[in-house]
Amino acid sequence: MPQDWLLGLLGGGLIGLAAAMYLLINGRIMGASGILGGLVDGSGRHAWMERGALLLGLLVVPAVLASMMGGSETHLTSNWAIIVIAGLCVGVGTRMANGCTSGHGVCGISRLSLRGIMSTVVYIGAGAITIALFRSMLGG
Amino acid sequence: MRAVSAFIVGGLFGAGLLISGMTDTTKVQGWLDFFGDWDPTLAFVMGGAIIPMAIAWRLTPDRAPVLGGDFPARPTSELDTNLVVGSILFGVGWGLSGLCPGPSIASLSFGGWGGLAFVAAMIAGMYVAPQIKSRLDAAPESA
Repeated sequence: MPQDWLLGLLGGGLIGLAAAMYLLINGRIMGASGILGGLVDGSGRHAWMERGALLLGLLVVPAVLASMMGGSETHLTSNWAIIVIAGLCVGVGTRMANGCTSGHGVCGISRLSLRGIMSTVVYIGAGAITIALFRSMLGG
Repeated sequence: MRAVSAFIVGGLFGAGLLISGMTDTTKVQGWLDFFGDWDPTLAFVMGGAIIPMAIAWRLTPDRAPVLGGDFPARPTSELDTNLVVGSILFGVGWGLSGLCPGPSIASLSFGGWGGLAFVAAMIAGMYVAPQIKSRLDAAPESA
């Protein structure tokens, strides 16, 4: 367990470093849902190359690292209905709220944004209630 | 140049998510399981990420981004219906699956068909979200 916490701190540091670089070098907020969502609904079309390149790095680098480590596992549920409903909720919800764990959580809390703090409290609360209600259904 | 920097940022982001275990849905669901077998790892990830970012925000006044342009303006402190309803929806989906947008993309290469289906559904949700949002904006605020 403490080793997991140390890896968490290390990995979190890399995430924070990435967010700091994107802010200081590109002048932008590293929020995964905003970067992808802006490409999906067309609102971020003007900066499509920058957004696309970030998403490509986000996809390719873990792919290479995971294959070097001999593969990785997400342990995602095999229940298709849950996968699709969850995906839809995350897609609609993050765009309505204008942010997710990286945008509101990391970038918002670190500048003491009221909206970021509020959003993070609400989605963690909603997630915790969901887990408490559906624990038996999800298995694992 | 902007794209090269963004690619490196995305790579660091993805490496961090993988190393911290955030691409493993059991770790995320374990963090949300406050009333069960609680796994505090996510708090360490958040803490580790917020510290460098807080320093970065401190460096922004009286400066400009290295590649030009302006730093993002401070968002309003207005808490609206879209923020709350959206965050609830996101939290439900996050709890059900253990995936949020960043890790769902970072794990696409090893997440199998399920991971792909999640991202496809998420993109579909992002596509329809602006319409739902504008309807909520138009509706009168109710207590």
